[in-house]
Amino acid sequence: MREGAEAELVGAEAELAAAYERWRNAVADLAPAETDSGLPVEAVYGPTAADARGTLGAAADEYLERLGFPGEPPFTRGIYPSMYRGRPWTVRLYSGWGTAEDTNERFRYLLERGQTGLSVALDLPTQMGLDSDAEPARAEVGKVGVAVASLADMETIFEGIPLERISTSFTINATAPILLAMYQVVGERQGVDPAQLRGTVQNDILKEYLARKTYIYPPRPSMRLATDVIEYCARTLPKFNPISVCGYHVRQAGSDAVQEIAIAISNGLAYVQSVVDRGIGVDEFAPQISFNNSTMRDIFEEIAKHRAARRIWARLIEERFGSTDPRSCRLRLYSGGDGTSLTAAEPHNNIMRIALQALTVVLSGAQAVHTMSWDEALGLPSEESVLLALRTQQILAHESGVARTADPLGGSYYVEALTDELERRIDTLIAKIEENGGIVAGIEDGSLEQAIAESAYEQQRQIEAGERVIVGVNAFAEEGGEEPVETFQVGADVLERQLARLRTTRAERDEAAVAAALAGVEAAARGSENTMPAIVAAVRAYATTGEISDALGRVFGRHTGSTVI
Amino acid sequence: MAERKIRVVVAKPGLDGHDRGAKVIARALRDAGMEVIYTGLHQRPAQIVETALQEDADAIGLSILSGAHMTLTAEVLELLAAEDASEVAVVVGGVIPDEDHAALRAQGVREIFTPGTSTREAAALVAAAVARPDAYDGGDDGGAAKGPRARRGGSGGDS
Repeated sequence: MREGAEAELVGAEAELAAAYERWRNAVADLAPAETDSGLPVEAVYGPTAADARGTLGAAADEYLERLGFPGEPPFTRGIYPSMYRGRPWTVRLYSGWGTAEDTNERFRYLLERGQTGLSVALDLPTQMGLDSDAEPARAEVGKVGVAVASLADMETIFEGIPLERISTSFTINATAPILLAMYQVVGERQGVDPAQLRGTVQNDILKEYLARKTYIYPPRPSMRLATDVIEYCARTLPKFNPISVCGYHVRQAGSDAVQEIAIAISNGLAYVQSVVDRGIGVDEFAPQISFNNSTMRDIFEEIAKHRAARRIWARLIEERFGSTDPRSCRLRLYSGGDGTSLTAAEPHNNIMRIALQALTVVLSGAQAVHTMSWDEALGLPSEESVLLALRTQQILAHESGVARTADPLGGSYYVEALTDELERRIDTLIAKIEENGGIVAGIEDGSLEQAIAESAYEQQRQIEAGERVIVGVNAFAEEGGEEPVETFQVGADVLERQLARLRTTRAERDEAAVAAALAGVEAAARGSENTMPAIVAAVRAYATTGEISDALGRVFGRHTGSTVI
Repeated sequence: MAERKIRVVVAKPGLDGHDRGAKVIARALRDAGMEVIYTGLHQRPAQIVETALQEDADAIGLSILSGAHMTLTAEVLELLAAEDASEVAVVVGGVIPDEDHAALRAQGVREIFTPGTSTREAAALVAAAVARPDAYDGGDDGGAAKGPRARRGGSGGDS
């Protein structure tokens, strides 16, 4: 028997040698790197054919199956061969407030200071398909993000920002088709072919029913819209990410790491299935799927989580959909620290939390990184605190040396053990969700929301029992309070300025053209064709976010949420 | 005679859907022995006040994280006053900057919970707010009625 095993190992070692060679060739053109004291640094560390056994104490085939080289399935060690040596992560701070002018100014400020991608925060009316002048919208205009009531607002946001040179991420779900259409038209007016536009719409509507709740329509028609966006992008905006499957909001709602990834991957699989059901091959669109998962405070658990998520996604896309293009199996990750980990007490402590979480994200191999601002537990971030968040990433990228080699923690006994165990638990929960009838059934019967609420309550109990320490809150807290901190305020003038912008838009547009375009949107929704072309036409006519949403709502109806506690 | 349980309506006004805090507080108040009615999301101030009156609530807990607290809270308090129901104690939780606390209390808000307030503290403060006959001892106008608490049948809460 022993000899047989040895012979097999020789075969696996040969495979490992070949994989290593492939990877070597893929990174052959990289400039050399060294530590601050001049020690040379390879683009990855791991077994070569010669030391497969020595390094891992395990067979070469296990290494290939579970880890592999960066850029090769199952992508545990990262999705590109050279990782940050070949392509730095995109520095992308979530920002936006007030009117389009305010946000344009904030974006230019960040780009001038070295930000490399944009991430747009939209206000709640825009996210919920309400115009700024709708009665329920007024209190919320420009508060948690920028108001985008029509194409005119989108034009102003990107004034002087060339879309052919920047990628833009929109945290937008229920109204993602409308915002995508606006971005496309702004690009066209700047002379950029839609096929060249880069960016992301979150478009993960399923998780909105479980967390954050910016839904408008019931789950099933919402799935249709989400699928329309994916299909449309595959044909018209092939470089655009039509979805960013979002574990982040599920985690913020109180789930743990296992629930977060199991739900995110289940949602991701549901979208892939929905597109495949239209007769589109998985490899025609899956390479553009991205993920936005959270990175919380438990450093090694979070690193292991991101590694496990990549491995699971790669396996399931290949197994279930027969993908033959490795690019479809890559879990591309946008991540940042998690807002729920920040504290309002002793808020400057958040600077440390944000830096540690950013380090964690980078050690996890993310493609784009968001850093929060320390004052976000108190309100919207100020310009100074946003700059500090940007500098945090620049210090990590250019001073710390952590970007020199891919997956620097790969092979650590602890990290590999955590990765394997998280994978097991996430797989088990995915199977359980499927036994219960799938993710949509779990949304509709309230069981997933209940599970998240249980987890949130348990975490709160642990905090209050002192079992989960939060410095400055339930441990080492200052006696007698602390100096108040000045926070950034959205001025009372924002609503008036936004209403004036909207009045101008309504006054200058051709009402007959708007009515015709809206009728077109409604007809498309009633039919079975893709709704995107009709939405693009309505956007061009300066139909508002609220008008287009209402046209869809006349066909799809409205979703009323649960009162699960 | 068994003392009547404190009845609290926990509500999410406006468009903000971040309901983790509201749900945790709702459960904690229930575990502290109160009757809790959770309204669910996206509630208009008028709906919240209507629910509170229908449920004969002693208190309304508003959870707001979107920065819209000044407007939405004022609307709830004005509607309560219009219904001659200012004895219903209004407490607010969420992302509420320090600068706004005095103005909210002046409107008639009785307690403000920010991130970091423990659920035990919150339950005790709700009970105390309900027990207190008037809202804000330093208030200039605030709109909080200080009249007799006709609808409450004399129950002073849990203390």
